[in-house]
Amino acid sequence: MAQVSMTVNGKPASGEIEGRTLLVDFIRENLNLTGTHVGCDTSQCGACVVHVDGKAVKACTMFAAEAEGAEVTTIEGMAADDGTLNPVQQAFQDHHGLQCGFCTPGMVMSASALLAENPKPSEAEIRDYLEGNICRCTGYHNIVKAILAASGQDVSNIAAE
Amino acid sequence: MYAFDIERPGTIADAVAALAKSDENQPLAGGQTLIPTLKQRLAAPETLVSLGGISEIQGICQDDAGRVCIGAGTTHADVAAGAGAYPALASLANNIGDPAVRNRGTIGGSLANNDPSACYPAGALGSGATIVTNAREIAADDYFQGMFETALDAGEIITEVKFPVPEAANYQKFEQPASRFALVGVFVAKFAGGVRVAVTGASEGGVFRWSEAETALSGNFSASALDGLSLPADGMINDLHGSGAYRAHLVGVMTRRAVEAA
Repeated sequence: MAQVSMTVNGKPASGEIEGRTLLVDFIRENLNLTGTHVGCDTSQCGACVVHVDGKAVKACTMFAAEAEGAEVTTIEGMAADDGTLNPVQQAFQDHHGLQCGFCTPGMVMSASALLAENPKPSEAEIRDYLEGNICRCTGYHNIVKAILAASGQDVSNIAAE
Repeated sequence: MYAFDIERPGTIADAVAALAKSDENQPLAGGQTLIPTLKQRLAAPETLVSLGGISEIQGICQDDAGRVCIGAGTTHADVAAGAGAYPALASLANNIGDPAVRNRGTIGGSLANNDPSACYPAGALGSGATIVTNAREIAADDYFQGMFETALDAGEIITEVKFPVPEAANYQKFEQPASRFALVGVFVAKFAGGVRVAVTGASEGGVFRWSEAETALSGNFSASALDGLSLPADGMINDLHGSGAYRAHLVGVMTRRAVEAA
């Protein structure tokens, strides 16, 4: 066992971990932040995407020990302290960008990472960026629409699907 | 996963020392291949020596000879964003895996693993790159020695990769959509001294140079120079994603596309 310390959603977080402890397990089991989901555990589905030092990573394919000293943001860190949703979250609600919701934390984290590096992405750029996030309910249309809306682009002429 | 310890040295010297402590110790780069391998219990290291905290092997620069020099710990995302002096290489990096994988996976990890379907081996071999380790410099032509086999000795760590920048180059990847690895990928690079063609994803021997195509393209750098050339299906990877004959055919198709796009 070893000690690991990082900042999660702006607050210091530390714990005793094994070398093989994955970042997602540390987040879920040690910190009880269960919004980060484990869908496939093989880095295919993207339900576990979090930000490490501002970059989207799959928390199921990174060891907790490698996040020593890092700034980690999970879905729980996206809304404001008073519960006001982040613009990406609000757009997912407004545009029905989810059905069962299992993939949504990863979708929101990937989408916000995309908007941080590309504030006005095209539909094609959004679909390309979401290559590593799998949704089995929505068919992606409303997810893409929500992200376009969150970036301030007009989606009024895009049909609901 | 079997249990193991993780060490995070801050320098290459400390990493080399940590690896030398036991034959069962193993380096960990971005982990995008190694962690899935560990999950399947296909590896059982005693200690993983993480290279992620070694700043001296991160970053991109150009040397006096004009080569693009990439620290082994540089992520695919950082190569995609920072290797603008070699656009074909930046483009190759930008199509590996998905964005989250590109934020973790590194060029050194990819080359050390030498997956027969990985993109970077084609980029390095096609460019005639030099692989620099803690101990020596290895020409790409000597480095790749078959599927998952390289010239690296036990405990040797890649620190940097030096890419000469060709006059024209392009990488064409026929993607296997589930894994996002190359079903077949072809890197074509035109230098003043001739053309290099490196093929990944196709051969049971791992990445290789298609010498007949190189000769033809060195005389006439156009897709038509490849007319009549083909590779035999023997020795090509034959799996549920594609037969050996299919892959052999794809090599020709992707080479033509690469030449046209270069």
